[in-house]
Amino acid sequence: MTKLNNETLIGYLKQAFESDVNGVEEPFGLLSITTSKEKILEVLAFLKTNKDLQFIYLTDITAVHYPEQALSIAVVYHVHSLVHNVRIRVKVFLDGTKPEIPSATSLWNGANWMERETYDFFGVIFQGHPDLRRILNVDEMEVFPMRKEYPLEDPNRVDKKDFFFGR
Amino acid sequence: MSDIKLAPPPPGVTGSGFFATTLDKAVGLARANSLWPLPFATSCCGIEFMATMGATYDLARFGAERPSFSPRQSDMLLVMGTIAKKMGPVLKQVYIQMAEPRWVIAVGACASSGGIFDTYSVLQGIDEVIPVDVYVPGCPPRPEAILDGVMRLQDIVRNESVRRRETEEYKALLESYGIHKND
Amino acid sequence: MSELRPKITTNHLVFEDNDPQDDLVTLNLGPTHPATHGVFQNVLQVDGERIVSGVSTIGYIHRAFEKIAEHRPYYQITPLTDRLNYCSSPINNMGWHMTVEKLLGIEIPKRVQYMRVIIMELARIADHIICNGILGVDTGAFSGFLYVMQEREFIYEIFEEICGARLTTNIGRIGGFERDFNEIAFSKIRQFVKRYPPVLTEFEELFNRNRIFIDRTSGVAAVDPETALSYSWSGPLLRATGIDYDVRANEPYSSYDEFDFDIPVGENGDVYDRYMVRNEEMRQSIRIIEQALDKIEKEPKGIFHADVPEFYLPPKEQVYNNMEALIYHFKIVMGEIDTPKTEVYHAVEGANGELGFYLISDGGRSPYRLHFRRPSFINYQMYAPMSSGMLLSDAIINMSSLNVIAGELDA
Repeated sequence: MTKLNNETLIGYLKQAFESDVNGVEEPFGLLSITTSKEKILEVLAFLKTNKDLQFIYLTDITAVHYPEQALSIAVVYHVHSLVHNVRIRVKVFLDGTKPEIPSATSLWNGANWMERETYDFFGVIFQGHPDLRRILNVDEMEVFPMRKEYPLEDPNRVDKKDFFFGR
Repeated sequence: MSDIKLAPPPPGVTGSGFFATTLDKAVGLARANSLWPLPFATSCCGIEFMATMGATYDLARFGAERPSFSPRQSDMLLVMGTIAKKMGPVLKQVYIQMAEPRWVIAVGACASSGGIFDTYSVLQGIDEVIPVDVYVPGCPPRPEAILDGVMRLQDIVRNESVRRRETEEYKALLESYGIHKND
Repeated sequence: MSELRPKITTNHLVFEDNDPQDDLVTLNLGPTHPATHGVFQNVLQVDGERIVSGVSTIGYIHRAFEKIAEHRPYYQITPLTDRLNYCSSPINNMGWHMTVEKLLGIEIPKRVQYMRVIIMELARIADHIICNGILGVDTGAFSGFLYVMQEREFIYEIFEEICGARLTTNIGRIGGFERDFNEIAFSKIRQFVKRYPPVLTEFEELFNRNRIFIDRTSGVAAVDPETALSYSWSGPLLRATGIDYDVRANEPYSSYDEFDFDIPVGENGDVYDRYMVRNEEMRQSIRIIEQALDKIEKEPKGIFHADVPEFYLPPKEQVYNNMEALIYHFKIVMGEIDTPKTEVYHAVEGANGELGFYLISDGGRSPYRLHFRRPSFINYQMYAPMSSGMLLSDAIINMSSLNVIAGELDA
């Protein structure tokens, strides 16, 4: 089959989705596109099932918190086409106060724990996820620790005297 | 003449066919040389423990021939690795299930004080949940260091009084951790 | 079978079942259990010896690596990456260095790349030694483990010669290595390449055609390639199902494309195939190390880092005597160097699969966001669905062959 490079790939995506796929960048040769949460499952399904593309391998799902932006939580999907040896990164920016996005577990079983981890750290609700609960932190935790406003250290520590740490 | 030295006997009175010493010393000698470990290996220090149990550094020659994963049948709890806050109650439960006399060695920086992980999810030292006898620093400590920790514990065990577990001081220590006698 | 749905009460998962005959036993496997190599919990509903369903709980050693990484400069994150997959920590270190070098655009000399290949392959052998050894211990054969652990002690000696530490090595720096491999290190590596294959053959003779081992592992937990791909498996587990995806071959890094090695692939994806794939990978690693040693001979001696004074600390004699070196030293340690404001994803072939680093930099001294794509975490999620219908002893062997390292699982 023909060699799939980033230009042909973006050509396929633009042809299928026109303006729903934007924010095209290529940092270090990895094509990176942005889409919206309404279209994300269609984009991922298109990438997975199109016979010329075959992005059948979900590498990772994670999120990033940008507190200064209006849409402050970005969910990032990395998918990989093993046949063509091409990767692509798909980002969706969500509103920080109510981050909800459809779940990719309908497409890949492997998305299950990846989305649970993203929920645990950032509070992103994946609609349609079979079992969305915390995975790494304690179940009673109410905050989402990877968001920028939460400190690294345990705020309830009594034995760490700031004086000795130069604070 | 071989250069293997026999372990010195405790101070006592020797005669023809008998050796008299105090009960504390005799029991201490027996306990110190047959400490059965409970390897509570959570992370990287656990791999160094595996190396300690291996042939080069052999923990078995110190009497720790039978590592037991059952708390009721072991003497010393070797906590190796980071203990997260999620794991704290589990550790406490394992400690409570151990039968007296029991000792605890905190192996590694994470078990002693939280190590390099000063975060919201890591217990800053297992002495927040259970009483500890010996701390072995290192990240991970070399097997020689772990063996040294076991030898320090052997010194403690050898010199411990038989009545120690009944004293008020010990009971107060357990109370301060919230561990009650008949749990 | 009744509808079994777990009800969550803090750390304990209780099965709220409508089991009319009430004959299923809830068995708690872990978090402290000799069979689970690491701390993770599986609550299983068991009907006699057969597992009906199970739920996994992880997070018992969650150390918040990704949060810590946002507060540390780039060179201080290397000890953090050590503790991900601590059985093969040099691979994590090298992967992180390569990610930062990709971000900063640093070109690494060939000799350093070959040295990195040697270190990574030694670490891969060390990890597979533990995995296959423990698989033997779980089936009841302890002596195989003892024999190959001696080889792992020899690998520790090699690491100690190079970087000073046995297990959590913190090997290398961004831009190369901290010091050249001395003659003792090279001679130990050559010794290892000669002494390990006979030991591996002896280990294989103990297990490969052993009736008991084959009965316990062949046909157990067979996985077909489509399921493995949909669960995003990678590494020896995926290769045992028949798909030859290896990051070293697909996206060669650190001049792996100049080396001649095979990628072993299994047929049915059962535990026996995974064991055989790992053994064969160890032999291929020895092959790669031999080739790397030959290639290093041909390169000019003494080069052990890239010539990038902005990112690689200058030697101390120069710092005390030379103004430029002093300024570079200050800027690197204080984190005043400019990093590009972009994002990079770099993957290396870890011992368990594709270990990925997703790094977003905002130009400062610490990453803005660092995410580790951890193979153990992603491989382990199939364990609970896979174990329903299995016998309990098969489930234990299955867990052992997945080679889940708790540090990488929870991060």
